[in-house]
Amino acid sequence: MRKGTLRQILLITDGCSNHGEDPVAIAALAKEKGITVNVIGILSRNEAYGEHGLKEVEDIAMSGGGISQIVYANQLAQTVKMVTQKAMTQTIHGMINKELTHILGEGQQMEDLPPEKRGQVMEVVDEFGEMVDLEVLILVDISASMDDKLPTVQESLIDLSISLNSRTGNNLFAIYAFPGKRQPIDRLIDWDPQLDSLVKTFKKISTGGITPTGPALREALELFSEKRSKQELLGGDDEYIEESGS
Amino acid sequence: MNTSKNPEANITPGSIILGKWSQNQYTILRELGSGATGTVYLARGNGTKVALKVSSDSLSITSEVNVLKYLSKVQGKKLGPSFIEMDDWVHTGRSIPFYVMEYVQGDTLFSFMKQRKDEWFGIILIQLLGDLHDLHNAGWVFGDLKPDNLLISGPPPKIRWLDVGGTTMVGRAIKEYTEFFDRGFWGLGSRRAEPSYDLFAVAMIIINFAYPSRFEKKEGGWEQLKRYIDKERWLRKYSRFLDKAINGQYQSALEMKQDLLSYYSKKTSPTIHKRTKSISYHKKPNPQMRYQKKKVQKRRGYLETILIVLIMFAFYVIYLIGHM
Repeated sequence: MRKGTLRQILLITDGCSNHGEDPVAIAALAKEKGITVNVIGILSRNEAYGEHGLKEVEDIAMSGGGISQIVYANQLAQTVKMVTQKAMTQTIHGMINKELTHILGEGQQMEDLPPEKRGQVMEVVDEFGEMVDLEVLILVDISASMDDKLPTVQESLIDLSISLNSRTGNNLFAIYAFPGKRQPIDRLIDWDPQLDSLVKTFKKISTGGITPTGPALREALELFSEKRSKQELLGGDDEYIEESGS
Repeated sequence: MNTSKNPEANITPGSIILGKWSQNQYTILRELGSGATGTVYLARGNGTKVALKVSSDSLSITSEVNVLKYLSKVQGKKLGPSFIEMDDWVHTGRSIPFYVMEYVQGDTLFSFMKQRKDEWFGIILIQLLGDLHDLHNAGWVFGDLKPDNLLISGPPPKIRWLDVGGTTMVGRAIKEYTEFFDRGFWGLGSRRAEPSYDLFAVAMIIINFAYPSRFEKKEGGWEQLKRYIDKERWLRKYSRFLDKAINGQYQSALEMKQDLLSYYSKKTSPTIHKRTKSISYHKKPNPQMRYQKKKVQKRRGYLETILIVLIMFAFYVIYLIGHM
C-alpha cells in the first residue's frame, strides 16, 4: 500500500463564530478536498458543559469528517493528542474500509468481519498510522476571551509534537491564529517538523470581538493547496519522502 | 466523537451479553473499572468468573486484543491477563464489540504495601522489572505503566498486569500513557516505545509511592523531580536508581533489576540496617551487659569443673576404700 500523507486542520476555539461564512459549510468543503477538520472547544474554569454554544464545535467536526472534543483548559494537552491521533486512525480506517468494500463487495466493512480477521486488518491500520506522513494545520482562536488559555494551548501543542514525532512517519505542523490583524488569519509558524520554535509565538493577541471561524477555515484550506502546488513545482518532493521513509 | 453513543451505559448487573459469532453467553456481575477505551466488567460465563471489556471504539478494542494475543504467545510467563475470546454483542440493533479475558484477582500495589513491610516493595519492583525484561525481549513496551494497572495476586504474592491498552510494539509511538508516568510530559524524552520508556515509569511509580497524591508539574525536567526525591527521606535511598532510570541510563530492565537486586541482597540493606541500628540504640549499655553475662557464665563454668573434680575425687576415695 502507498504510504501517502494525511492532512488535518485542528481548530482550537472557545466560542461561536459570529462573522463571515458558515464554518460548517467550509468544513464540508475541506472534507471534499481530503482534509479532515477536528475541533477542540475550550471551556473556562467556571463554565459548565452545557452552557457553552458548543453545538457548532460538534457540527464543524462532523461536517469536516473529524473529531470534536470539549474540554477544560487543564485537560487540553491530552485532548489535543487524542483528537489528532484518533482522527488519523479514523481516516486510515475509512480508507481501509473503502479498500475492503472493493475486495469484499458493497457494504462490507471491517466491523462485518469475524473477530479473527478483524485483528489482522487492525494490524494494518496500526502500522499505517505509525508510518504515514502527517500534515497538521493548527488554527488557534486568539480573540480576547482566549487570552488566559493561550499558555496552555502552547504547551499542548508542544506536547502534540512530542507524541507525533515519536512515530516513524514524518510530520509537518503549521500554526495560524485568527482573527488576524489585516487578513482573516495570521501565520505564527510555517510548515515545520518541530514545534519547539513555538515559545515566542503567542505574544500578539487581538482584542477584537469578532470570531470569523468560517473565513479562517477557508484561508487554511488555501494554505494546503498552495503548499501542494509548491511541492509539485519543486518536483515530486512527496515521492522522495515516501521512499526515504519506507 | 459522540460520547452519548456509549454502549456501556445500558449494561447493569444481571445483563446478559451474547456473542454473535461464538454464541457464548456471559452474565454481568459488576463493574470492575472504566477507562479511556471502555469499561471492564466482572462476568460469569461457562461457570467461571471472567473479565469482560466492552467498548464503543471497535478500533482500539481490536488493537488491544491483538496485543493480548501476542502476549499469550510469550511462553513461560503470564505477562498480561490471558485472552479468552473476542466477539460482538448485538444490542438494540447495533453491534457492540467486546472481549473476554482471565479475571485477575488481587490487591492494587499500594493497598498491598499498606499491610506489608518495606522489603516487599523491593521484591515487587524486582518482579516487575523481570517481567518487563521478558516483555521487551518479546518486542513490546508496556506504555501505560502505573500503579492502577498493577495488581498483586497470590499467595505467593506475584505482580500481574491489568490493562494492556498502552502496550506498543518496540519502535512505534506509545499508544496510551498517563501524564505523571510519561517521560514526554516531564520533558525527559520521546514517546517512542523503547525499554527506557517503561523504566522511567517504574521510577515514577517509586516516587508516587512516596507521594501518594502525586504532584503538579512546575518547571518539569530532572531538576524538579530531583528536588522531590531529595525532599522525601524514604526516597533518598533509591535516588541512585531513580537518577539512572529517569535519565535513561539503564539499557535494559534486566540491568535495573540486577542493580536493585544487588542492593537488596547486601546484608546492610536499608530497612534491616535501620532496624539493627535502632535496636543497638535502645540497648546501648548492651556490650557491658553481655560482658557481665559472660562473666557469670565463666563463673558457672568454674563451679562445674570443681564439682566434677570433687565427684571424681569422691569416687576415687570409695575405690581406694574398696581395695583396702
